[in-house]
Amino acid sequence: MKNFKNIALSILLITAMLAGLSGCDSGGGSNIIPAQGRLRIATTTSLYDTGLWNALEDRFEEEEGIRLDILYAGTGIALEYGRRGDVDAVAVHAKATEEQFIADGYGIERIPFAYNYFVIVGPAGDPAGIADLSPEEAFKKLYDTQTTFISRGDASGTHTKEKAIWKAAGYDYEEVTSAGSWYVEAGKGMGPTLQMASEMDGYTLSDMGTFLAYKGETGLVTVVDEGSILLNVYSFIVIDPDNVEGADAEKAQILADFLVSDEIQQFIKDYGTADYGDSLFIPCAGNEPTS
Amino acid sequence: MGELWQGIIRALELIVTFDPEVMAITFRSLGISTSACLIATLICLPLGSLIHFTNFKGKNLLVSLIQTFYSLPTVLVGLLVFILFSRAGPFGNLNLMFTPALMIIGQSLLVMPLMLGLIISALVSLDKTVADTAFSLGASRFQAGLLSLKEARYAVITSVIMGFGRAISEVGLAMMVGGNIRGFTRILTTAISLETSKGDIELSLALGFILLLISLAINVILSQLQRVEKSAAR
Repeated sequence: MKNFKNIALSILLITAMLAGLSGCDSGGGSNIIPAQGRLRIATTTSLYDTGLWNALEDRFEEEEGIRLDILYAGTGIALEYGRRGDVDAVAVHAKATEEQFIADGYGIERIPFAYNYFVIVGPAGDPAGIADLSPEEAFKKLYDTQTTFISRGDASGTHTKEKAIWKAAGYDYEEVTSAGSWYVEAGKGMGPTLQMASEMDGYTLSDMGTFLAYKGETGLVTVVDEGSILLNVYSFIVIDPDNVEGADAEKAQILADFLVSDEIQQFIKDYGTADYGDSLFIPCAGNEPTS
Repeated sequence: MGELWQGIIRALELIVTFDPEVMAITFRSLGISTSACLIATLICLPLGSLIHFTNFKGKNLLVSLIQTFYSLPTVLVGLLVFILFSRAGPFGNLNLMFTPALMIIGQSLLVMPLMLGLIISALVSLDKTVADTAFSLGASRFQAGLLSLKEARYAVITSVIMGFGRAISEVGLAMMVGGNIRGFTRILTTAISLETSKGDIELSLALGFILLLISLAINVILSQLQRVEKSAAR
């Protein structure tokens, strides 16, 4: 009897291990160690949460025959991956930070490929009464009335923009973060932050694309959407292999050309219109949008 | 409540229809954690018996230290592995960042203290006469160790399964060093984390359900083992 149990147990364990190990191969049909020929990029969470990158990934892999690995990361950590040589390119949205990144020699050039606008969103009915104000005035009023505001708090592009608006509104950012419990630092991606704002009946700053993608399930509404400070430009930066060892600029450039090609620019323009009734992104084919 | 029911129904659907993405993620999870466990076992078995059978200064301290590391935070191990294996780090030229291989390395580091500690306690709790008898019959330290491990096999297997349980359920390390890349390094726990943040509760629930099934299987094996062990002791 004891022997039988031993044998049964051994069989069970061995089966589990074999199933597991064979799973390594069947899982996506890929090797566990990267084959040459994979292109690795880090993308801002707002581009990923809308599902745009998933759609682009499939097309790119099919058309160019290059396996594309996409890391989901805010602008801050995405650029850090770039500096360390862990990715070949980044898709981010924080102009001043990007320019510094390129000036430091890590990136070759900034290729703006799409833009939209940031919006201040909040609960239906606008309890703080900030509609019709400029973004700066709206932030001032939120501060004065101590209304719950969910900040990304993660050094992402959206967070960088939020800081810029606080600054334009005349506040020192340190002052804001220590202003009280109404100012909540989520430390999460855009989608989760919108969900948090909805749960907590608070306001937040979001990019238009992610907001539209999450509008249905969060019940939040656009409160402030006008003001030149709200422009949100996404750009693609190829990591400079001269200064960052191991970066594959050649493949990254193929993706850069792919992004600004007429066909993909049209694809970006149409992306999401069927689901959300409005396009999420406006293509800008390598040129800096002005307004 | 409705959401939960709907989620469970959808979860069952995804599982019984063998949804290809769900299956791929599940097998990837199993493959990575099993490999990590295998590596950790191969290191911990000899290391554990070496520590047990050698007397040296600071042995008690070392054992307490190992036990302290049972609850080593996964993100901390993740950070360490990230710093070591990132392109700018000392092992950067291996080019392992954001690959399943690195997740295996990280997970084996993560479970090693737990396995090592449990193997040592398994040997400690073993009747001392086993090793003594072996030595008196002229066995080498290696042979005595092998015999002791064999005698303590149920406790040893328990330690391996516990290690596996810790590996398959962790999310912090997999996220940091694997990067949650779709179709490459996405595993059950990181997929649950991402799908929840994207609001796809149904898929999250389905994946969570599978993870629960795996834990259940582990528990069944564990309790079965303990029963066998008890009847063997009698």
